[in-house]
Amino acid sequence: MTQEPAIAFDGVVYGIGDLGAEFSFRREPGTVTAILGPSGAGKSTLLNLAAGFLTPDSGRIRIDGRDVTGLAPAERGVSMVFQDNNLFAHLDIRTNIGLGLNPSLRLDAAAWAQVENALERVGLAGFGKRMPATLSGGERQRVALARAFARRRPLLLLDEPFDGLGPGLAADMLGLMLEIRAEVGATVLMVTHDPDEARAAAGEILFIARGRIAADAPAAGFFERRDLPDLEAYLGGAAKN
Amino acid sequence: MLTRAEHRTSRVAGIAALLCVGLALAAPLAVLLSHGGGTGVSSSQGDYLLRITRFTLLQAGLSTLLSLLFAVPLARALARRPVFPGRRWLISLFAVPLGLPPLVAALGLIEIWGRNGIANKGLGLLGAETPFSIYGLSGILIAHVFFNLPLAIRLILPALERLPPEYWKTAANLGMGGLSLFRLVEWPAMRRSAAGAAGLVFMLCATSFTLVLVLGGGPAATTLEVAIYQALRFDFDPGRAVLLSLIQVGLTLVVMLALKLISAPTEAGDTKGGASNRPDVSGGVHAVPDAMLIGLGGVFVGAPMAAVLVSGLNADMSRLLGDALFWRAATTSLLIGLAAASLSVMLASLLVRARYSADARPGSAMMGLLAGLSSAAGSLTLLVPPVVLGAGWFLMLGGGTGQLLAPLAVITLVNALMALPFVMRVMEPAHQGTMERNGRLSMSLGLVGLNRLWQIDMPAMLPALATGFVFAVALSLGDLGAIALFGSDRIVTLPWLLYQKLGSYRTSDAAGLALLLGGLTMGLMILADRLGNRNGSGLR
Repeated sequence: MTQEPAIAFDGVVYGIGDLGAEFSFRREPGTVTAILGPSGAGKSTLLNLAAGFLTPDSGRIRIDGRDVTGLAPAERGVSMVFQDNNLFAHLDIRTNIGLGLNPSLRLDAAAWAQVENALERVGLAGFGKRMPATLSGGERQRVALARAFARRRPLLLLDEPFDGLGPGLAADMLGLMLEIRAEVGATVLMVTHDPDEARAAAGEILFIARGRIAADAPAAGFFERRDLPDLEAYLGGAAKN
Repeated sequence: MLTRAEHRTSRVAGIAALLCVGLALAAPLAVLLSHGGGTGVSSSQGDYLLRITRFTLLQAGLSTLLSLLFAVPLARALARRPVFPGRRWLISLFAVPLGLPPLVAALGLIEIWGRNGIANKGLGLLGAETPFSIYGLSGILIAHVFFNLPLAIRLILPALERLPPEYWKTAANLGMGGLSLFRLVEWPAMRRSAAGAAGLVFMLCATSFTLVLVLGGGPAATTLEVAIYQALRFDFDPGRAVLLSLIQVGLTLVVMLALKLISAPTEAGDTKGGASNRPDVSGGVHAVPDAMLIGLGGVFVGAPMAAVLVSGLNADMSRLLGDALFWRAATTSLLIGLAAASLSVMLASLLVRARYSADARPGSAMMGLLAGLSSAAGSLTLLVPPVVLGAGWFLMLGGGTGQLLAPLAVITLVNALMALPFVMRVMEPAHQGTMERNGRLSMSLGLVGLNRLWQIDMPAMLPALATGFVFAVALSLGDLGAIALFGSDRIVTLPWLLYQKLGSYRTSDAAGLALLLGGLTMGLMILADRLGNRNGSGLR
């Protein structure tokens, strides 16, 4: 029996005209894919389609072989980490993680232990009763990773998760993310605009330009390619920044 | 940034303005107190006062409860549906009651909810026996909800729209249902502004005059404000008016202190922002309750206004416009409005500048007091409702009958004080802005004193001055509170004329007049809003 891809987009179309996007790709379980491309190219659209925040006009999305095209975000087996505002600011840390285990916050003692365990895993043991505002930006992203860890969903979607952090901290967080991914056994799609981050973490690249997948290739050697004008423009632009 | 001489002038002028406001507020209160000093409270009078006070609190409490009961789910539904055709229109529609003269709204409400209104005909078709009465407690409640439901929505909705879009994505990702989302995210976000809205609505309903006057049915449904008016106007019983006024001031004082304690925002924020997409909200079946709620809210607020428009257009306008009394009322209203607005803007300018000047020297107790009083001057006028203020002056003038200039001056003064908090709120940021932008440059160029005032500060503040002025004119044009005490055959304003037409069942004339008055104030409000937006400081 051949293994089903962890995620597959089959002719997924969203929007029309200049804003339209069309994606087809598939990824094997356990892979880490960096999604790169100029701003406005459709990176977040792809991620939002996978997460179920957007519904495609046509085409099919499958996760672990299951057609999830019409399913609600919560039914897809997906965890998500954004660049910012991952935590509800008025709820304490343990509640924020607890919601990941039960969205009505009906948790038994075992579930709360799981929450503590997740906090410990990201190095924030004892932070449960604190409010998000009392944590640093890096610590808040750790909590978001802890929630993803506790949820153990097969697909982990990251939308520029370490963008606001300094380079050293971002590298630490990237390492933590990779560890957690390995422990959970999740497949990762990560939007980033940092080629170094992609090089360090990802095995594969999806390069998006003008709403299309311009390149779908292994990360090794990708940035040295000279056959993609869009990539050269993108990297040239990035170098100037 | 001001020179030493400019500081001195600002402070002296500010103190003069404070004395003006203080005198205008304190003099009538002092008169009320001196009148009330001698009279004891008999037991029958005590019962009466208790009954009136209880009804005032009851109707204000119920109005607040009903307004919030509908505003919270409606604001939530609007936040859940960030994109639908007509949404911006609906939000604008919800701003209209804030500027609509209560008397005009009352007319529209009677058209809809009155004995022959659409609502009662509909209930009749459904087989209801007794028609619903717009007069009495139920009418007062409907009118107060009509005015305050949209206000509460506009106060609460921004709290939801301020939440980052990631919240809704996370909620969808985690699978939070409507109920737990409300309990864990939406209600905590709304709670503070809902509390602030509740306090404000209670305050407005506890001091509402016109609606209770028109819709209140006799002694069983009378509030303190209306009772003051009746005591002076019909019974000439100053002792009773004084007691009622004192209770009213005590009541507003308590409510205002409570509002300060909640310290919640009572200003509508920007409602244009917010997430453009709510992935946590599914369409289909769930869209139906939201759509029904939003539709009902829109009809409830829109129908009375539409009724004013329709019945106004059906009225005999040519007869109305041919009536000399109408033109006299319009002229009087306009003159009072212009005078009140000028006074209000002048006082506000002086107070705003004095506060800025006093703030520039922190640490000094005197300056702290000046700054505090200058900023409090606005809210102080809320403490003494127009009818109470008018009552004091009424007694001071010995009833005001037969006089012409003095009552006109008092009406102007009361209207100016009424508008003061709003005008100050518009001018404060504009003044701060011009000081920050032009202060240093003006001083380095040696552009000081009157020269600077004319060449730099006035032009820079012109949009804010214009907004405040136009807003104050509109407010004064729609006011029935002050004129109700002093209105006579000789002093007639548009609201007073409308009230008399209503009282004498000249419904066609009333409808036409309501349309003219409503259209005029709404036009001015829109103009004020435009002027304010150009300046980047919205009024609401």
